[in-house]
Amino acid sequence: MSTATLVPTPAAAVPETTRTRPAPAPIPFRRVLQVELRKMFDTRTGFWLMASIVIASVIATVLTIILGNRDDLSFDAFAAAVGSPMSIVLPVIGVLAVTSEWSQRTALTTFTLVPSRPRVLAAKLVDAVVIGAISMLVALGIGAVGNLVTAMITGNDAVWNISAGTFAQIVLANELGMLLGFALGLLFRNSPAAIVGYFVIIMVLPGLSGALAAAQPWWSDNAGWFELNDTRYLLFDGSLTSTDWAQLGVTSILWIVLPLLAGLRLVLRSEVK
Amino acid sequence: MINVESLTKSYGSFTAVDNVSFTAAPGRVTGFLGPNGAGKSTTMRVMVGLTAPGSGEVRVLGRRFRDLPDPGREVGVLLDASAQHAGRTGREILTIAALTMGLPRTRVDEMLERVSLTPDEASRRVRNYSLGMRQRLGIGTALLGDPEVLILDEPANGLDPAGIRWMRDLLREFADQGGTVLLSSHLLHEIEVIADDIVVIGNGRIVAQGTKDELLAGAGTLVRAGDGTSLASALTAAGITARPTSGGAVLAEADLTRVGQAAFAAGIAVTELRAADGAGLEEMFLALTAESQRESVSHTTPSTEGAAA
Repeated sequence: MSTATLVPTPAAAVPETTRTRPAPAPIPFRRVLQVELRKMFDTRTGFWLMASIVIASVIATVLTIILGNRDDLSFDAFAAAVGSPMSIVLPVIGVLAVTSEWSQRTALTTFTLVPSRPRVLAAKLVDAVVIGAISMLVALGIGAVGNLVTAMITGNDAVWNISAGTFAQIVLANELGMLLGFALGLLFRNSPAAIVGYFVIIMVLPGLSGALAAAQPWWSDNAGWFELNDTRYLLFDGSLTSTDWAQLGVTSILWIVLPLLAGLRLVLRSEVK
Repeated sequence: MINVESLTKSYGSFTAVDNVSFTAAPGRVTGFLGPNGAGKSTTMRVMVGLTAPGSGEVRVLGRRFRDLPDPGREVGVLLDASAQHAGRTGREILTIAALTMGLPRTRVDEMLERVSLTPDEASRRVRNYSLGMRQRLGIGTALLGDPEVLILDEPANGLDPAGIRWMRDLLREFADQGGTVLLSSHLLHEIEVIADDIVVIGNGRIVAQGTKDELLAGAGTLVRAGDGTSLASALTAAGITARPTSGGAVLAEADLTRVGQAAFAAGIAVTELRAADGAGLEEMFLALTAESQRESVSHTTPSTEGAAA
């Protein structure tokens, strides 16, 4: 460079005094969990997503009471009713838990305060799973109230035809949806892309798979090993065979664990701007 | 204390940061000066672990940034005041940072006051903040953990003159108490008024570094004539190291008398003759800026007569 005629004079030698105070204690994981949880609620979007869990459950329950054949209504009808809005809201919460850091560029602050990206992401994952479980309990609780109200209206005894096992399976099915959203969030780090990706996987792929199964006997027999939705929906209905569980495990690895690992790798390597 | 050692970062065939080494010392404000796109922000992102270096390393307080146990309490960072969730209030953003660092909530109110955000402003969403208010909030976030080191990328952007004065005093006080301050700017004047040490970067390389006094002293003489190039040749012929800059100006490494006599001997009418006074730094900086702006060639444009400033 022709202009660099000023001789670079290195700054005066400074003694290697690295710090004048003792280093602070490391940030405990509990604190990261708490902060990430707060960040899921403290914006309008976050607040209304959480509120929509309650609101959607109440609406679904009320509609079931009004529109359903009240004499036949039992708890499983309410569980199905509150479950369907959850299968949309929870994955969106999972997606936004990750993508909002990039879409709003808060990752700059987040990762300078906690440089370990796996720690931040692990905290988000734990928070998302806990929110998913609590949301499902709240939603099913509201459904249960609906079931009681129906019983009061009809004068029949409330029918509680869902076992604890099925209850747990419904929670699991929705947690899987949420984890899928989380994984897609990591993979795309872009809210619209991840949300569209989620709906393509749960709404478009089953149709494609069905079409393929109609044309291909082999796919018809074996789609359960590749298509997440097939087995995930079985969780809502109750009993799964050991093959069903194995298929659920395989498809979860394929559609949730692998994207999660790939997304994690991308996030760890990417530049935060 | 920040030590940058042989830092290099490339994107494909483009080298954004090329073998950069410098030190920001405690008790001093170090200005990191360079035109836009010179590599300042990339260097700063590498410093705080947001970008992985190609080679070389940065140590802050003797450690790599990612090895700091609770970075916010040792290093205050402001890279981009606009990188905040638009839907959070100013108070909420400070509260999140305080919670992460394990600080009491009272610290948030102290800091809001310190950066002059009123309770009303603090309860507004950042979407409605001016750039100046975002900068204040960002500086507040950086200072929240009572750090020993501050790393600020263009912190004066968007501040009004009073705000710039406020920030200058704040950084001065921080350094006087033994803190290390590294701040970047693409404006020479901004750096001149606040920095003790200056590191100049252009096209990813360090082109000058030293104390402000050393760099601004800029040994030599500025001499101007109708034809700078022939003046420079004449001076060179007289055994004086000389370099034409812009608008017929020549920077010569000799005292006024020798330069004046050499020009007279060559029969060249001199229109200006004075001590260079930091003109070297300014000329160099202008040349760097012109290079990065590609469309203009500073040597033929009279408007770049920065030396007269």
